[in-house]
Amino acid sequence: METASTTVITTENLTRTFGVNVAVNALTVTIQAGEVFGFLGHNGAGKTTTVRLLNGVIAPTAGAARIFGLDPTTHGHRIRARTGVLTETPALDNRMTARDTLRYFAEVYGVPVGERTRRIDELLGVFELGNRAGSKVGGFSKGMRQRLALARTLIHDPDIIFLDEPTSGLDPVAIREVHHLIEQLSHRGRTVFLCTHNLAEAERLCDRVAVLAQGRVLAIGATQELGRQLNRGHRVSVEINADDLARALHLFTQTPRVSLAEPAADRAMTRNGSVLIVLHGVGRADVPHLVRAAVEQGLDLYRIQPEAPTLEDVYFALQEL
Amino acid sequence: MNWGAVWAIARKDVGLALRTRAVVLPLIIVPLVLMVGVPVLVGLISGMAVQLDVASTDMEEIARALPPGFGEQYAGLSEVQAGYIYFIVYLFAPMYLVLPLMASAVVAADSFAGEKERKTLEALVYSPTTDRELLFAKILGAWIPGVLVGLGGFVAYTLVANAMTYYVASRIVLPNPLWLLLAFWVGPAAAALGLGITVIASSRVNTFQEAYQIGSLVVLPVVLLVIGQAAGVFILSNWLVVLVGLLLWGFVALVFVIAAASFRRTTLMARL
Repeated sequence: METASTTVITTENLTRTFGVNVAVNALTVTIQAGEVFGFLGHNGAGKTTTVRLLNGVIAPTAGAARIFGLDPTTHGHRIRARTGVLTETPALDNRMTARDTLRYFAEVYGVPVGERTRRIDELLGVFELGNRAGSKVGGFSKGMRQRLALARTLIHDPDIIFLDEPTSGLDPVAIREVHHLIEQLSHRGRTVFLCTHNLAEAERLCDRVAVLAQGRVLAIGATQELGRQLNRGHRVSVEINADDLARALHLFTQTPRVSLAEPAADRAMTRNGSVLIVLHGVGRADVPHLVRAAVEQGLDLYRIQPEAPTLEDVYFALQEL
Repeated sequence: MNWGAVWAIARKDVGLALRTRAVVLPLIIVPLVLMVGVPVLVGLISGMAVQLDVASTDMEEIARALPPGFGEQYAGLSEVQAGYIYFIVYLFAPMYLVLPLMASAVVAADSFAGEKERKTLEALVYSPTTDRELLFAKILGAWIPGVLVGLGGFVAYTLVANAMTYYVASRIVLPNPLWLLLAFWVGPAAAALGLGITVIASSRVNTFQEAYQIGSLVVLPVVLLVIGQAAGVFILSNWLVVLVGLLLWGFVALVFVIAAASFRRTTLMARL
């Protein structure tokens, strides 16, 4: 296993085309050991192709990658021995039982004979498949299949785990367990490369994210950092008397640096005769000025709170660029 | 070579193929029909002909079409009795090759195209095997059943054919050198050829049925061998069987080179 400061993945202008379609366009990224790295993008943005390139199962059209310092095009098998890949579809054989599936992949990945049974039992327990260990996969629900595929991904305790939409098809309880598992993997120093279009998931789990569109990386960084870079997504919530709504919207629209003033979309925010207004483009530093302006205009101000940009803000801002 | 992974993949392919009805049915029906049904049916007809004495006992009439020494070896037999032995030992011999060809082709179709069809290939492609190891594992997983079905068919045919030749002509005729060469030299080559052709076909199609149908075309030369021998163009001899085996192994080498070129994970994954 790599130490916390070790670079485990580097790419430089990594590019892959299929005919005229550019699936991955000049990807340059560096990922450290122990990092949970989010790869965000719509379907077809190039996430799965990137995973395939990094594992040496397809060749790049241009550029280069190094995983554990190895070139995937020439040392793919050595890289794959230390990576686990949860594919977008579970890729399980319906004719095999859960236990046979794990035993088979334990053999293929060279898990020592003496450890196999313990490891299989442990993973069946973690993913709550113990009571269905002898059942054929063909009879499994979508969630059970996804959990078994996750167990298969971890059977050889890989150093880098590539997860392509890991919570797709899972119920909320299972999603929470997968999130907990990713956090545990990170705490144990494993690197997680998380492909997702679930922004809340990425925001919760990832140390850094790369936002992709049409094969091109639009931005890389921590959510807060990206928000600062873009100067987008900062906002202030202001709770005022509902009777003052029209005056307040007029006032804040005229206030310098407020790009947009609008009532909160969530009607549940309105309560006790008050209403919540969201002011875009302003942040914590602007709060005193906003308070003074509101008081000078005689608005009944109940609460004012700066809010950090969410990944959703960043994502959509980047897509608009 | 990562033998642990190779053996695991091959063993899994064999095990799952034997649990699949579309694979198992031809593996049972074809040997039963060819190696048991045909010799029994022709034997029963020949036996009745002998009992009814419907044929002449003049061997010289048919001696020109028989292998050298056959007339002397089976002197005193009626035309029907000698004809049946000729059918069992020589005429039907090429048909035996259908068994290893078909068996390996059907398992290979399940292993290669079937894996694509079931969308299970991607998980395997991410395994820590090289392209060569993966191909070798897949080939081994199809070749072993092909060889075993061939050898099983040989044993079954030997037992049934001997029972029937004893019934028709009171003779035990198998195994002889020609059939031993077929079973242990040509049969394994035929199994390898059947699966090699199917591997190439599988890289271009996406379903088990398509791959199996294309792979099955490889039995056509066997039919030509049967027709050629029946028409008197040639008669199988030990040396000819050795030569056929050599040619087949040569084809196998060529086919495997092409198969290796078509079975690269970078190519396979680009198509998924």
